Amino acid sequence: MSSNKKYWKSVEELNENSSVVETLQQKEFAEEIPVDEFLGDKSSLESSKTSRRDFLKYVGFSTAAASLAACEGPVTKSIPYVVQPERIVPGVANYYASTIADGFDFASVLVKTREGRPIKIENNDLSKFKAGVNARVHASVLSLYDTKRVKRPMIEGRNVSWEEFDREVGSALQNANGDIVLLTQTFASPSTSKLIQEFSQKFGNVRHVVYDTVSEDAALNAFQSKYGRRALPNFDFSKAEVIVGVGADFLADWYGGGFDAGYAKTRIPENGKMSRHIQFESNMSLTGANADKRVPSTPSQQKAVLKALKAYVSGTSSTSDLPANVDDAVVKAASQLRKAGSAGVVACGLPDEQAQTWAMEINEALGSRVMDASNARVIRQGNASEVAKLVQDMNNGSVGALLIAGLNPVHTLPNSKEFVEGLANVETVVDFTTRTDETSKLAKYVAATPHYLESWGDIQFSEQSFSLMQPTIRPLFDTRQFQDTLLKWSGNSMSYYEYIKDTWSAGLGDRNWGEVLHDGVFQANSPVTVASGATTSNRSYNIDDQAGDGFELMLYTNTALGDGQQANNPWLQEMPDPITRASWDNYVTMSKADAKALGVMNENVANGALNGSYVNVSIGDTVVNNVPVIIQPGQAKGSVGLALGYGRKEGIQDEMQTGVNAYPLYKDFSSVQKVKIEKAPGVHEFACVQLHNTLMGRGDIIKETTLEIFNTKDAHVWNKVPEVSLNHIETPVTSPEVDIWDSFDRSTGPHFNLSIDLNACTGCGACVIACHSENNVPVVGKDEVRKSRDMHWLRIDRYYSSEDTFTDDLEKKENIGGLGSSLSEFGELEEPADNPQVVFQPVMCQHCNHAPCETVCPVAATSHGRQGQNQMIYNRCVGTRYCANNCPYKVRRFNWFSYAKNDEFDYHMNNDLGRMVLNPDVTVRARGVMEKCSMCIQKTQKTILDAKREGRTIKDGEFHTACSAACDKGAMVFGDVNNEGAKILEKKNDDRMYHLLEYVGTKPNVMYQTKVRNTTEV
Amino acid sequence: MKKVNFRHSTSRKLLFSVAFLFTFSFFGLAQNDAAQDTTATEQAASGGDAAQAAAGSDLGDPAAGKELFNSLCAACHKPYSNSIGPALHGVTDRRDRDWLNSWIKNSAALIASGDEQANAIYNEWNQTAMPAFPQLSDSDIGDILAYVEQPKPEAPAATAGAEAGAEGTGGGGVSVNIILGILVFVLAALMLVLFLVNKTLRNFADASGIVIPEKPKTKPIYKAFVENQFLVLVSSVIVLLAVGYFAYGWMMQVGVDKGYQPIQPIHYSHRIHAGDNQIECKYCHSSARTSKHSGIPSLNVCMNCHKSIAEVAPETATEEYSKEFYDKEIAKLYDAVGWDPATRTYSGEEKPVKWVRIHNLPDLAYFNHSQHVSVAGIQCQECHGPIEEMEIVYQNAPLTMGWCINCHRETNVRIEGNEYYEKIHEELSKKYGVEELTAAQMGGIECGKCHY
Repeated sequence: MSSNKKYWKSVEELNENSSVVETLQQKEFAEEIPVDEFLGDKSSLESSKTSRRDFLKYVGFSTAAASLAACEGPVTKSIPYVVQPERIVPGVANYYASTIADGFDFASVLVKTREGRPIKIENNDLSKFKAGVNARVHASVLSLYDTKRVKRPMIEGRNVSWEEFDREVGSALQNANGDIVLLTQTFASPSTSKLIQEFSQKFGNVRHVVYDTVSEDAALNAFQSKYGRRALPNFDFSKAEVIVGVGADFLADWYGGGFDAGYAKTRIPENGKMSRHIQFESNMSLTGANADKRVPSTPSQQKAVLKALKAYVSGTSSTSDLPANVDDAVVKAASQLRKAGSAGVVACGLPDEQAQTWAMEINEALGSRVMDASNARVIRQGNASEVAKLVQDMNNGSVGALLIAGLNPVHTLPNSKEFVEGLANVETVVDFTTRTDETSKLAKYVAATPHYLESWGDIQFSEQSFSLMQPTIRPLFDTRQFQDTLLKWSGNSMSYYEYIKDTWSAGLGDRNWGEVLHDGVFQANSPVTVASGATTSNRSYNIDDQAGDGFELMLYTNTALGDGQQANNPWLQEMPDPITRASWDNYVTMSKADAKALGVMNENVANGALNGSYVNVSIGDTVVNNVPVIIQPGQAKGSVGLALGYGRKEGIQDEMQTGVNAYPLYKDFSSVQKVKIEKAPGVHEFACVQLHNTLMGRGDIIKETTLEIFNTKDAHVWNKVPEVSLNHIETPVTSPEVDIWDSFDRSTGPHFNLSIDLNACTGCGACVIACHSENNVPVVGKDEVRKSRDMHWLRIDRYYSSEDTFTDDLEKKENIGGLGSSLSEFGELEEPADNPQVVFQPVMCQHCNHAPCETVCPVAATSHGRQGQNQMIYNRCVGTRYCANNCPYKVRRFNWFSYAKNDEFDYHMNNDLGRMVLNPDVTVRARGVMEKCSMCIQKTQKTILDAKREGRTIKDGEFHTACSAACDKGAMVFGDVNNEGAKILEKKNDDRMYHLLEYVGTKPNVMYQTKVRNTTEV
Repeated sequence: MKKVNFRHSTSRKLLFSVAFLFTFSFFGLAQNDAAQDTTATEQAASGGDAAQAAAGSDLGDPAAGKELFNSLCAACHKPYSNSIGPALHGVTDRRDRDWLNSWIKNSAALIASGDEQANAIYNEWNQTAMPAFPQLSDSDIGDILAYVEQPKPEAPAATAGAEAGAEGTGGGGVSVNIILGILVFVLAALMLVLFLVNKTLRNFADASGIVIPEKPKTKPIYKAFVENQFLVLVSSVIVLLAVGYFAYGWMMQVGVDKGYQPIQPIHYSHRIHAGDNQIECKYCHSSARTSKHSGIPSLNVCMNCHKSIAEVAPETATEEYSKEFYDKEIAKLYDAVGWDPATRTYSGEEKPVKWVRIHNLPDLAYFNHSQHVSVAGIQCQECHGPIEEMEIVYQNAPLTMGWCINCHRETNVRIEGNEYYEKIHEELSKKYGVEELTAAQMGGIECGKCHY
């Protein structure tokens, strides 16, 4: 049960004699202030020419100068509109529904704009098609203000006007000697498809090649051969009771992502039931971390698992040649699937057509209502064989003109070298791009395209779900949409906006354009038919060929960077990976046993920062050198993982040029590869927040139980409130009699509480980025993160625990009888790091009613509000940091530097463009003050004010924090507990509810819901 | 650019005391002046009216016509210049009276009847239809025509009037000087008399042999002071305290810009708009109702009225600012918004105005206008002072935290008709045992409510 389990964040903590862990537990600030560096050095002091008298003179002068300077205030100018747009009221936010469709992330979003500039992305709750507003989508607003964007059209690096550009390219296309090829991202846009057809008709010799940087080709092929359409099956996990994942990271970017909200719904135990999730995977993925049972297995084993699973489910076979423990898991999974019937589902993420087909067949055999092949997803259209053919054609000179849109093939193609050679043979290369990159460097013509927040579009998520993209700001630069340019070149005088309206003139049914544009989403049938003949792929995928020595590499896209389009986005770079908790890097993940065999080390240095060895990864003669290694608990032995999307150098600020480029290893667009790994010299310094902000060695942070106990036992068994002895009677610490504090009266007006459900939280990190953008949280950079000075107000702690409790281990050890049994049973006491269970726990300021920070502040800069917030008054703070020291949850962050307008921190707050994303309602904190989660008081105050102005009471669900609004899983619920019938009140009275470190008696206003695992085997 | 009046509290105090002393001496004087001024203007006004009445008498009553004109015609017509419709001065020369009557009563009918003149003017003014005024009688129309046919008041007349006024005040000054002179003379005479009396008495004493006893020589007072240690101690303590007091006072006003009165790129007079013309504040500062910012009105809001007001009335001019000055400022607005008053079209060339911000609340403090204006119903003047009297706006309140908090402690929350407060008020008033709750009791002085 909860208290018996040992939780750990890092392998280092399993080492009982680790001095680092000890230090970190005892000290709030791991590093001493280097006083000795500047005072202790006697020789430098003596050699200094500044005498004591001089020093005093300087001090006196500067004090006087500073006070004189303070007398004269600066003159501030206010420039109103000449003609104010009707809907813009300065100081009031406007919201517009739009859609992101960058070829990797597709989601319907709500854009918050202030004074005409987008500052935040939110979920569009009207969207029936849940296509995940994930961390990257939340951060995409900052990419709009990227300084490395292409600002105007260019020919051979020379800035030109659009007229000249059109003239030159127009004549080049007319005289193209060979095919004109459009190499584009997946637009998933009916209007664009129609437009490209028209463009082809105009020029005749046009070919359209769709290229997905991270391919789902195998699944597309499998689906196509089975159902005749080139699409991906859709899944609604909220209908699932048993989920078996085989190498499918379906809580992340599998099949285009966005399945996590439905999944989370089934994870909350209701009426004693919740879904059962079994995951077979090699890397420790977000999905595996959330599974009830996770079986580490290499990709080739996974294929065998799927094969066996199919056989077991259909009952055609009862044996497999899998290792015993895996086979056992497969047998159990199969019987559970059979029992669940139509509520069971299998998800396969292997780049293998056979495996994909098996998964679809199992689902069909089960009659699964989770998988939906009738309303299939069309947000991945890439065709690897055509891309390969294109590279060939380019090299043999049959391509006259190449138009690249929304892609960076020079960086992302595995055979980029051949592509670059081919480029030289193509006379006219036009790159339609938002930002400068490797490809735009080589293209003769660079057509500057706007960001999606400046563009029009219609997006088709699945066969019946559509969404509209509308601009929320006038283009910042002299850019023109790809589609507008195509229209122009095909001789159509319409704007793309008119073109979309025209496309949909009859397709909207009984809804009108304005209504649909307002909602952003609608259900319809596509008014455009795409000839599917051109999109068949004849490439086949097979991962059977994994024999021989070496490691099985599983390439993945991580939560922060995805396919790497937004690599110049500091919010994403600084976002710790949910699993490894490392930021600013990609790395090889490796099991402990393999690392030991290779002599690869991970160690924590004195301040808790992580260092790791390098390895070289090679496939044949393709070598990626100096990849740092993180030893990942739960990584299947014999397999390694590596994230795509890093290592870009062109058009990226120096600070953001992180990681290594793994795309060269992405041979034939297969994410599974057989690689050789050898150790390389050197030590890599990670910015890993794993050991930062530990809870001082206090236990009982996580409460966890199993579904069986949850259903059968009383709450006080599995969710025990700590007790103290009062007059020799054990009394719960929450009862008022043992409270030595006077309490505020919070019964009047709103009293805010936040509930976090550990069952529904998948650790996706959307809340972290939402908090970043809502609260102007600064980015501090890799070095500072390494020094444990990250500024995230909201962190998602990831805890590991061993599969079986330590008590179970102890019992087993004591019951060992005789040598024979000891040999076998000791073997079963596995290394805890081999396959740990994972819990994610978002931690922000707990807003304690008895806040320890408030009592120690010498200047009363942190005080308590009647609404339950622990308020932090930046202008009052003098920076003693006592509060951070006294905080049991370690949620306070200190501004060691001024992070805005400081060249040392050259991120978005250091340039005018990037600062446009700042939320005008929240202060940008100065150097030397503490900051922390404010429970988004600016948002609650706004809600209250709106109600006051309209003279009404506030309904439940109106109050939101940035994190609770960002969480589409419903893991975070925010509200007013004084409001009877509020959802938050229900959560507060839930049996699963507990407070963090309850026995400290801080009475937090943030509560957690005990994690329940479904360990039921059939 | 930044001009700050009354920055230093000490100098302010000095000024105040001087002002206090002089108040008495000049009080009567000022009253005299004021009285004279009013009579002068009244005379001028009535004189003018009389003259006008005489001039327009053959058409009708220009005074009644003025009223009608302002209520019905002024939206589109001006007497002496083109607006949406043509200038009306001289219209009786151009058209005959019957035609005018039928045009004004129903211009559309006249146009429809095919009248040549009517169609010509209709087309000349871009076929802008003039509304029908069937309610006007012929004599009403006569009154209006009498008003518009008044000769244009000459600019020199206004100057003459001003000069006359100046002379008038000058005359008042002479009389005061005479009184002062007499007073000085009397005082001098008194001093002389005293001196002479003293001298005479001494002479008498000498003559009668009385020896005036010499005062014994005492220590000079400064020496006595220095020797008295207690006194030195007490006075130095007092001096130190005084220095401390004033130093504190000085330091406390650093960064407090009360009285800050910058010169704006366009001389916009709140006196004329909010004072004389009684324009509601929120007509221009409309976002104060819904937003945290009161908002500087965009120039299209100005143009709602200034499309037809290209110049100020002569009465608007003050001694300090002439009519020409104000007209030039309106021209600045036209320039900024790209409006050509001659052709009455927008050129599209816009030059945003860079106003100097007067009330600069630091970023660390959150203030929301709508909370105070819409929810609490506080008058703008409460914080911004007598804005309707300000020719150039200055910062009236210190905008310090103490000032905010004081108001929150003293002001009751307006709960009437606001459903939001119903339950909260009921519970809180029971808790505090009061009928009315102040903003502070409602939680309005919690740090985090304004600082985040």
